Amino acid sequence: MEDDAPVIYGLEFQARALTAQTAETDAIRFLVGTQSLKFDNQIHIIDFDDENNVINKSVLLHDAGEIWHISGSPADKAVLTTCYSKTSESRVLTCAAVWRMPPEWESGNHESPDDSSNNPQTLELLCHLDNTAHGSVACVLWEPMGDGKRVISLAENHVLLWDLQESSTKATISSSATLEGKGQLKFTAGKWSPHHNNTQLATANDTAIRGWDLRSMSQIYCIENAHGQLVRDLDFNPNKQYYLASCGDDCKVKFWDVRHINEPVKCLEEHSHWVWSVRYNHSHDQLLLTGSSDSRVILSNMVSISSEPFGHLVDDDELSDNEESQQEDKGKEPLQDSIIATYEEHEDSVYAVEWSAADPWLFASLSYDGRLVINRVPRALKYRILL
Amino acid sequence: RRNEINVTTKYSTTPPDSDPSQRRRVHSMLKHYYGLNEEGKVTEQAESLDPCDINGPHFDPEVYLNKLRMECSLGELMDHESCMVKQIRSLDSDMQTLVYENYNKFISATDTIRKMKNDFKKMEDEMDCLSANMAAITEFSAHISGTLQDQHAQITKLSGVHTLLRKLQFLFELPARLNKCLELQAYAQAVSAHRRARCVLQQYSHMPSFRGIQDDCHVIMEQLAQQLRQKFRDGGSSAKDLSECVELLLQLDEPAEELCDKFLSHAQSRFEADLQGLEAELKDSPVTDTGGGLVQKTNPGSNPVSPSSSSTTNPFLSPTAGTDILEFIDRGCNEFVSSLCLVIASYQELFINRPQEGELASKNIPEMANGKLHVFVDTLAARYFSLVERRIQEEKGVSDNSLLVRALDRFHRRLQAISKLLPGSAVPSQGTEIVVRAARERIKQYLSALQTFYHDSLTDVRQALAAPRQSAGGASVSGGGATSKDATPSLPELLTSLSNFILNQLKSVLASVHLFTAKDITFSNKPYFKGEFCSQGVREGLVVSFIKFICQSSRQYCESAGDRGGSTPPALLLLLSRLCLDYETSTISYILTLTDEQFLVQHHTPVTPVTALCAEAREAAQKLLNHYVKVQGLIISQMLRKSVETRDWVNTIEPRNVRAVMKRVVEDTTSIDVQVGLLYEEGVRKAHSSDSSKRTFSVYSSSRQQIRYAPSYTPSAPMDTNLLSNIHKLFSERIDIFSPVEFNKVSVLTGIIKISLKTFLECVRLRTFGRYGLQQIQVDCHYLQMYLWRFVSDENLVHFLLDEIVGSAAHRCLDPSPMEQSVIEVICERG
Repeated sequence: MEDDAPVIYGLEFQARALTAQTAETDAIRFLVGTQSLKFDNQIHIIDFDDENNVINKSVLLHDAGEIWHISGSPADKAVLTTCYSKTSESRVLTCAAVWRMPPEWESGNHESPDDSSNNPQTLELLCHLDNTAHGSVACVLWEPMGDGKRVISLAENHVLLWDLQESSTKATISSSATLEGKGQLKFTAGKWSPHHNNTQLATANDTAIRGWDLRSMSQIYCIENAHGQLVRDLDFNPNKQYYLASCGDDCKVKFWDVRHINEPVKCLEEHSHWVWSVRYNHSHDQLLLTGSSDSRVILSNMVSISSEPFGHLVDDDELSDNEESQQEDKGKEPLQDSIIATYEEHEDSVYAVEWSAADPWLFASLSYDGRLVINRVPRALKYRILL
Repeated sequence: RRNEINVTTKYSTTPPDSDPSQRRRVHSMLKHYYGLNEEGKVTEQAESLDPCDINGPHFDPEVYLNKLRMECSLGELMDHESCMVKQIRSLDSDMQTLVYENYNKFISATDTIRKMKNDFKKMEDEMDCLSANMAAITEFSAHISGTLQDQHAQITKLSGVHTLLRKLQFLFELPARLNKCLELQAYAQAVSAHRRARCVLQQYSHMPSFRGIQDDCHVIMEQLAQQLRQKFRDGGSSAKDLSECVELLLQLDEPAEELCDKFLSHAQSRFEADLQGLEAELKDSPVTDTGGGLVQKTNPGSNPVSPSSSSTTNPFLSPTAGTDILEFIDRGCNEFVSSLCLVIASYQELFINRPQEGELASKNIPEMANGKLHVFVDTLAARYFSLVERRIQEEKGVSDNSLLVRALDRFHRRLQAISKLLPGSAVPSQGTEIVVRAARERIKQYLSALQTFYHDSLTDVRQALAAPRQSAGGASVSGGGATSKDATPSLPELLTSLSNFILNQLKSVLASVHLFTAKDITFSNKPYFKGEFCSQGVREGLVVSFIKFICQSSRQYCESAGDRGGSTPPALLLLLSRLCLDYETSTISYILTLTDEQFLVQHHTPVTPVTALCAEAREAAQKLLNHYVKVQGLIISQMLRKSVETRDWVNTIEPRNVRAVMKRVVEDTTSIDVQVGLLYEEGVRKAHSSDSSKRTFSVYSSSRQQIRYAPSYTPSAPMDTNLLSNIHKLFSERIDIFSPVEFNKVSVLTGIIKISLKTFLECVRLRTFGRYGLQQIQVDCHYLQMYLWRFVSDENLVHFLLDEIVGSAAHRCLDPSPMEQSVIEVICERG
């Protein structure tokens, strides 16, 4: 069975921000934010038609500035946040805001796809996450699987927890924490843990990874020198509550058990340049996606530290079914930790990779030159995991 | 023919009586006539058949006459007739003479016979007389013997009585004699005397007198046996005395088994003393050691490190260790083993090899005694061995292997004596096992000593690298080689001294280990030392393990340093990488060949091939060099990143200078270039790089750069930038930033520059630039272009990355108006 060829979509502008539309569980949909200093920036809504293997896109205008980070609400698929840079008085500041997509983008788009670029609709601003007091925002995180009422923004060395009220039109800081230390501390990335009743947060600054308890807004652990260089991204294992993956400028991907922070559980060194993004698959946490500025995307199969034990399903099948033993011989040998595939469709640095929220076997990657590539997990592997 | 001659002579000669020759002829003719030749044999002549032969036996006168008448003339006949007559006359006279002669002889013979007859008669008379005399003599002799018979019988009887009396006297005197012997301690005499009398006494014990004697004897002998036993029990007596004792006791019907036990237990007590002496020495050393024990413990580590320190610690070693191992073994051999041999020998003489007589043979003593001896020897040897092993284990310092080997050799050699004495004993093989274990242990110790040595040398190198400004300290590895002129020994010097140190150390270790297999060492011809020791022990356990250890520890440098942020100085990485590479190319095969030659290894078991080791070394070298590139690249990256991140690029002033950090980057790159060039070859560049930097850069800036971002400022065509850069990328190869490098300078430098520039690019992409910010980047990039191209294998790579940087900066620029190329050049040349 041959795997489908990757689907490639090109944006006119350079881009760094990519997210799956978290609340959308039927359509495979990704949001991409562009970066341009000269032109109006856009948010591209990429709809992927899995059956016909085609892409439908819609464009929304985002005229506030170039987009550094984008994130979709887990509750309302029309609501999203962006971090964008705003230049004023020869000063560049990165701000964050909550937006609502205009309700008619979908219908209007389908009727005349050609018009969309000519006459793009504009995002509706819901509220600013006012950060003038705190400095540039690195990213905005939604409460995972929450009701879309709480977000966290990481601004310089501050962690700010916001309550969105009145249909997200008003944002108030409910609590905040500040990282103190010598030198200029600055958060580069963060992730809201989906475990522990959404009370934990992990942040990265320089080479350290820190865990925070959101109830007390205090630090609960700190992995100093988690990476030899800057830590670029984090992700929590969706099924194992203490496991966390990180990546950084030392070209490594490391897996941590936050209860034993002295040594990483495992360490991958497959990329030949900085790793900018790491993502666990939402359902099958052995599948791990990494994007790097060596222009490659790597899909790895980390069975040994996943929540699924080594091929026990296969064993059960074999006990009951002798006829298929021939066929299952391949499946009998336990899966090893391995690289499943290296995707080389990009020609510039890949700054973002993202699994689809709707289809667990599908993912998108975005490189700086504006190329979005949609790929699937190889079918052979998919069936081995499923069967 | 002779007859013819005779005939002719007869014809020709007249019969002369006088001539002796004539006479002989006549004799012969007579002889002939009677059919005898000269040899007395009858000869049958062919011609004698002729009837005309007048001398032949078949002569026919008629035929002869007829023949004559027919053949001869009358004259001739007349002659013939006269001749015949003459002959007949002479013959007649001859015959007469003969007859006369014979007659005389006969007469004389008859006379002689008559005389003899008379003589015999006289003799007969005399004989008769003699026989009569003899008869008389016989008669007399018989008479005499008859008279003497009685006296003879009496004498015989008397002599029998005499001997019996003597025996009896002996018996009666026996108790007294025994007593006297006892007094004089002439036990042997007493026993032999008693033995002689014993049977008789036994036989006649029913007679009261004899019984008394017997009882007396018994008492005395009992006393004697008691004394013997006493003597036997007493420790003081010598082995010879003992054996005498035992012999006598055996003769006194003492049970052999008991004697064996007693003998052995007696010997045991003496061995006990020996063993305790040895043990005391063993216990002694830890006691005296406690004072210097720490010193001794640290000694093995520090001892082999440098040749200079070993000489200082050596005298320190000897007093702390008490007696050295050779003395210990010597003592063990001289005291324990030799007396054990003596005991075995005398025991065997006493109980096993003695000729068996009488009832002793039936008891099967040798077998029993042999069994006892084996058990005895085995238990004693086991204790001795445990002591020796304890002593050997104390031997931790690897300074002097010859001492140990000599001790082991002596130990082993002396055990051979036991094997000769006791052919079936397991003792020698156990001894060999101890030697084997000691050898194994020694190899392990050498390996760890080598490892510590290696670590310490590396520490020294590290110090030498870390303290370059210090004026010639004693810490320098080359030990005064680079003392005066230059503060630091240069990298190649360090490398050669390091590798020489390691090699020499390894060689000296090999030499010491080689002592185990020297020809004059007794155990060197054991199968273990011929085979397994050489191949598994020395080659695999020592040499191969050490090489593997070097590779292993080198790899550890890569791993540990990565996490802790480069705790290892990069120069050390470079040095180690070169060391590993040298090992791969030559040293490993040299070492292994050396080992194989020295030890004549015959590999019965599979051994690690040279190629596998080389591959490992190469892998380690590659890893180290990659790591070196990474570390150096990161150091430069860090500078670049800080310089980009900390600056406010929007509000910067118009560039007048190249930023200091760029100069620093170039300086560092140059010094890295020098550093790498000390250890690695130049490597290959692409051919066209010999052009001057200026020209290439002008091409790069005027044509490509202008084309590249001129259109992107026109609002109408935002696509063009991407298109152009994409097209560009289509034609350039994908650049792997942290990729493995080759073993040459250019490749290393290319790797470092790639890492640095890529970092620069990524950092630029994260910032926003004002007009002058962009221009500053332009100036910086031009400056880098001017100096960096010469270090890399393909200058297009530098062009491409710098292009990307300037391009990205232009993209991220709020007010992109690039600086004039000529101005850039002026600034760069000035700075």
